[in-house]
Amino acid sequence: MLDISGIKRLQFDVLVIGAGGAGLSAAIAASQEEGIRVGLVCKSLLGKAHTVMAEGGMAAALANVDERDDWKIHFRDTMRGGKMLNNWKMAEIHAKNAPDRVRELEHWGAVFDRTRDGLINQRNFGGHRYPRLAHVGDRTGLEMIRTLQDHGIHQGIDIHMECTALDITKDDSGRVSGIVCMYRETGEFIIFETKSLIFATGGAGKSWEVTSNSWEYTGDGYGMAYEAGAELIDMEFNQFHPTGMVWPPSVKGILVTEGVRGEGGILKNSEGKRFMFDYIPEKFANETADTEEEAARWLEGDKSARRPPELLTRDVVARAINTEVKAGRGSKHGGAYLDIATQRSAEDIKKKLPSMYHQFKVLAELDITKQPMEVGPTCHYFMGGIKVEAETSMTTVDGLFACGEAAGGMHGANRLGGNSLSDLLVFGNLSGIKAAEYSRKLKSMPKIKDEDIKRIIKSATSILNREKGNNPYLIHEDLQKNMQYNVGIIRTKKEIIDGISRIEKMKEEFKEVKAAGSSQFNPGWHEALALRNLLISSEAVAKSALLREESRGAHTREDFPDENKDWLEYNIINRRGKDGKMETIKEKRGFPDSELKRIANSSIEELENEVKKDHEKLMPKV
Amino acid sequence: MSLRNFKIYRGDDERGELVNYQCEVTEGMVVLDVIHRIQADQANDLACRWNCKAGKCGSCSIEINGKPRLGCMTRMNEFEEDQTLTITPLKSFPVIKDIVTDVSWNYKQNQEITPFTPSEESKKKDFVMMQKDVDRVQEFRKCIECYLCQNMCHVIRDNEGKENFSGPRYMARLASLEMHPMDTADRIEDVKDKHGSGMCNITRCCTEVCPEEIQITDDAIIPLKERVVDRFYDPVMMLFNKIFSKKERQKTKSKVSSFLKMFF
Repeated sequence: MLDISGIKRLQFDVLVIGAGGAGLSAAIAASQEEGIRVGLVCKSLLGKAHTVMAEGGMAAALANVDERDDWKIHFRDTMRGGKMLNNWKMAEIHAKNAPDRVRELEHWGAVFDRTRDGLINQRNFGGHRYPRLAHVGDRTGLEMIRTLQDHGIHQGIDIHMECTALDITKDDSGRVSGIVCMYRETGEFIIFETKSLIFATGGAGKSWEVTSNSWEYTGDGYGMAYEAGAELIDMEFNQFHPTGMVWPPSVKGILVTEGVRGEGGILKNSEGKRFMFDYIPEKFANETADTEEEAARWLEGDKSARRPPELLTRDVVARAINTEVKAGRGSKHGGAYLDIATQRSAEDIKKKLPSMYHQFKVLAELDITKQPMEVGPTCHYFMGGIKVEAETSMTTVDGLFACGEAAGGMHGANRLGGNSLSDLLVFGNLSGIKAAEYSRKLKSMPKIKDEDIKRIIKSATSILNREKGNNPYLIHEDLQKNMQYNVGIIRTKKEIIDGISRIEKMKEEFKEVKAAGSSQFNPGWHEALALRNLLISSEAVAKSALLREESRGAHTREDFPDENKDWLEYNIINRRGKDGKMETIKEKRGFPDSELKRIANSSIEELENEVKKDHEKLMPKV
Repeated sequence: MSLRNFKIYRGDDERGELVNYQCEVTEGMVVLDVIHRIQADQANDLACRWNCKAGKCGSCSIEINGKPRLGCMTRMNEFEEDQTLTITPLKSFPVIKDIVTDVSWNYKQNQEITPFTPSEESKKKDFVMMQKDVDRVQEFRKCIECYLCQNMCHVIRDNEGKENFSGPRYMARLASLEMHPMDTADRIEDVKDKHGSGMCNITRCCTEVCPEEIQITDDAIIPLKERVVDRFYDPVMMLFNKIFSKKERQKTKSKVSSFLKMFF
């Protein structure tokens, strides 16, 4: 019999899993509530989470650069970018709160690039009507995570680094009661008893072969929440960022910031043609430049000129590159050319995009101030995730909250660049406050059952104890290839069905997975533990992708190439059925608040006029 | 493509050895790719730290042929084809396993630094700071906390040094706070006593290994040393400091000989 009496236990009111932008924000917010004990668990060292890779900036209608900006316009941009499938309330909360959260970050020590007047500077990005992204060169994510880290370590939060969460426990009434984790360094288990749990665990981008995501992105939050009975929503919407590196092979997928296009970079095919002009969707035709001349005027700051087509939303640009490559007009190594060298001076490029300059110089031996980059789509972000209630961030499991990329709904069918960092701050903060409120109402700590702890530990250690078995790395490689080819950017019924049947086979192989070596800092074991969550995430993606018979945002079905308005009425939900198998169902969406609906559907001219009047009312009379 | 030879440290802080591996190296590969390939095919339990694979997170710090480098930013074509690469953990920190070290000492140093402290009054309005006034601060904030500078610093290599000096990384952090236009805290006494700025004798080893090319010595450590000298060792300034407030003091930069800097 497994003896668990010697395993260390700690008690918290709020425990946060994940220490990227969302997790740190949540932990900081919860720690400000009186008498709330907060813990924070992260898989890597503190300050290394994937937020560090975010480059372009955080979107917030501060109106520092263009005074016409307002939460209403940001909200409208977000809804249109998400193809109207966004959770209305979340998009509203996000647009309204982002400016305050950015200012708060500045108060905690973030040093953003400045405007000429000394305010926070803002840059253009795809799908945003005005320059809206507060940024620091092209390393905004680093600035954000370091600021939160350096502020967070003084808030009395108990931080556990290099600690992997294994599974949630619940009490008899179905409330969250704790989580069992494992220190990667020693392989020792630890039991966290907690009144509430916040998942800020990011996405599952490591399911694909070409990805901008690091090893951490294995869908741990999706897997654990699913196993605990929570619902996953919108899992078919996986954002492929249009510009990842394509050469050399070892760096394939690494992100090239959208900031390159925001600063004026243009996309060309092998024939030297600026092809994005051929891919402007009807819906955006009114707001997009249709000649190179107009696009050039826009870059020079002419407010009457419309935006260049390179700044269309990510789904549109990724599909366009994909189509050009398929038509035989791709770059030397199968991508498109992204050219900033002819658009900006070398000095500007080095100042505005220093880490891109450095990245290409070292990894591809290419000078982006002289030559074009080669870029192609790379898996980047999960719009979908754990289903949460907009106002509280609570999932369908009592006491389990989710925020950031781990949560679904806010971004609909496609996320705008820059809306992720602001999402992390806004919903990190909200979930921290709401989880603390929830925990305060509970008089005593919910009970963890010993048999649950034993079950979780046994399932982890069995991977080490098997005599022989399957190599976890090879199953993971198979999964990545499968998702890349069968559930990639362009999807069809036949391939998705094939993809699902292969996942079923891999689930069987996973039952016999074996990691050699001891439990101390053993990457093979860690890989095997992550596999379960990758498989659950991938299965949810594939099954949702099969069910949604339309193309919307980032989900493109070759056999159903158009948006279907009937599908706008539905989200797809994945959950564990009574038989233990995954259920994938259509769920009718709630009705939007009529005011929100009106704003989202206004023409840009109408809304700009309305905002102008709103702003005049607020201005003090001279 | 070619088959290349590697020696990788396997073991812990007490026991270990260099183990020979061979790995196919293809165009564009970096050292971290080699480690991953060996891990997947030959040594599943080979421990290594990494995250972003693009020089942005500072996780994969190792020593390659004795030089502190980021594994993800060191290309294989830097080396001759017949050259055996020796990959070892950072020397200044205890080995946890293989090429992973215990860097928790660094986190403790950060904890000791007085965080950013703007006045309550200033928080009521948007901060107004000119770009030229924050350029220097932003340079320090490029730091990815890879700890290569900490590893290279000969003061920290010596274990007693760890008790007396926070190291170049945290000198840069202290400088970023001291030079922040909106900060009101005074850390100069701490810079001298708690963080031990006097331990650095400006050999510039830290600056040389910084993958972000931050001018740690010239832009962070020397200006901090100057402020310490101004405050504690310049008789005229000591009197001046008794009379004026911190902000006024900062406006008046005194000239201090490089001779003094070498010793304080």
